[in-house]
Amino acid sequence: MKALFLNKRLWIIGAGLIFGVFAALMVNWGNPPTMGICVACFIRDITGSLGLQNSVQYLRPEIIGLVLGAFITAFSFREFRVRGGSSPIIRFVLGAFVMIGALVFLGCPIRMMLRLAGGDLNGLPALGGLIAGVLIGIFFLRRGFNLGRAARGPALSGWIMPVIMVGLLLIAIFQPGFLHVSEKGPGSMFVPLAVALVIGLGVGFLAQRTRMCFVGGWRDIFLVKDTYLLGGILAFFVAALVTNYAAGNFAASGIYHWGFTDEPIAHTDHLWNFLGMGLVGISATLLGGCPLRQLILTGEGDTDAGITVLGLIAGAAIAHNLSLASSSAGTGAWGPVAVIIGLVFCVIVGFFMREGAKAT
Amino acid sequence: MTELDVRGLSCPIPVVRTKKAMDDNPRDVITVLLETVTSKENVTRLAASRGYKVKEEAVSGDYRLTLTPSAK
Repeated sequence: MKALFLNKRLWIIGAGLIFGVFAALMVNWGNPPTMGICVACFIRDITGSLGLQNSVQYLRPEIIGLVLGAFITAFSFREFRVRGGSSPIIRFVLGAFVMIGALVFLGCPIRMMLRLAGGDLNGLPALGGLIAGVLIGIFFLRRGFNLGRAARGPALSGWIMPVIMVGLLLIAIFQPGFLHVSEKGPGSMFVPLAVALVIGLGVGFLAQRTRMCFVGGWRDIFLVKDTYLLGGILAFFVAALVTNYAAGNFAASGIYHWGFTDEPIAHTDHLWNFLGMGLVGISATLLGGCPLRQLILTGEGDTDAGITVLGLIAGAAIAHNLSLASSSAGTGAWGPVAVIIGLVFCVIVGFFMREGAKAT
Repeated sequence: MTELDVRGLSCPIPVVRTKKAMDDNPRDVITVLLETVTSKENVTRLAASRGYKVKEEAVSGDYRLTLTPSAK
């Protein structure tokens, strides 16, 4: 039994290392700085490419690859199981707030690690906020927080999101006229489609097998004193950092430097970096996983995760249309208000959603 | 003997429930009925870390784990 666990631990550390190397290199291959992979940002970019917001627009094949990679892997390992119905509307709104919190900080928990691995110390208050949010989530979990049981569902519902991803892939390949692409800024920076897709598929495979989660790792050390998932996060960080040094990104002429100011696609408002990521920490803990994990579960046939991904898309459209998203200049006009509303919503959900909560 | 049915509950609630059962009745044998491979792995990892012996069986598409405390 022990050998088996050691073996599994090596798997997730190996997966984290591979993911970290590619996440760092994808910047050198064309993706925006410290944004080799960012699940929140890339879903936001897709939202823009479909015309739902016009700030950042590019149909990122990485996201398609993650869902389809998990889908194919789940099928191969007989883990594709259609299930859903655990408070979908609450999950939708929590998903939207995960996105809003991420866009106030400017990154999901994965990009937070990549920003740190690229010398951007604004990731530190964000990490503090994420952990604080996770701790509040754990408080609710220990009190019996629960969004209710999911039930097995018909196969068709589990295929909806993967089929939508195939549709998006066709759009990305054939570039129909309605597709939007940014002419400048992060949306105009991308790796070739095939590279993005293959890396997405590969990471989708690794994340499905290892259950890698960039929120769960922090949660489990406090909740059950378990370091399995954290191993994946730390391996990812170390691999990205070493790769950035090896690739010369920290050299005098490189794209990165250590510090708080003039960091790429980042702002220095520590309070809102902390609270933005705090909102991500609490809402993702209540949802049971980070944005990456939601994509992977979506590929496994979990329609509640699928609804959460739709919530992320709605959150991105709201954040950019209503000036909630931050920019390098600082927070958006309404970002702080939205974060506070999100935190209040999470606390209400955390208090009132318990098994046996009265049906009306 | 404590019996838990955590089918349909999303991560990490199966683990939270099992841990609570362990803390409430440390000498009890606990059976956990669960649905996904991920929950099964997570509960198994928790049980192993607390010195429980884990027996696994398939029950009509779901899994039942029997967790026996080592002191027993």
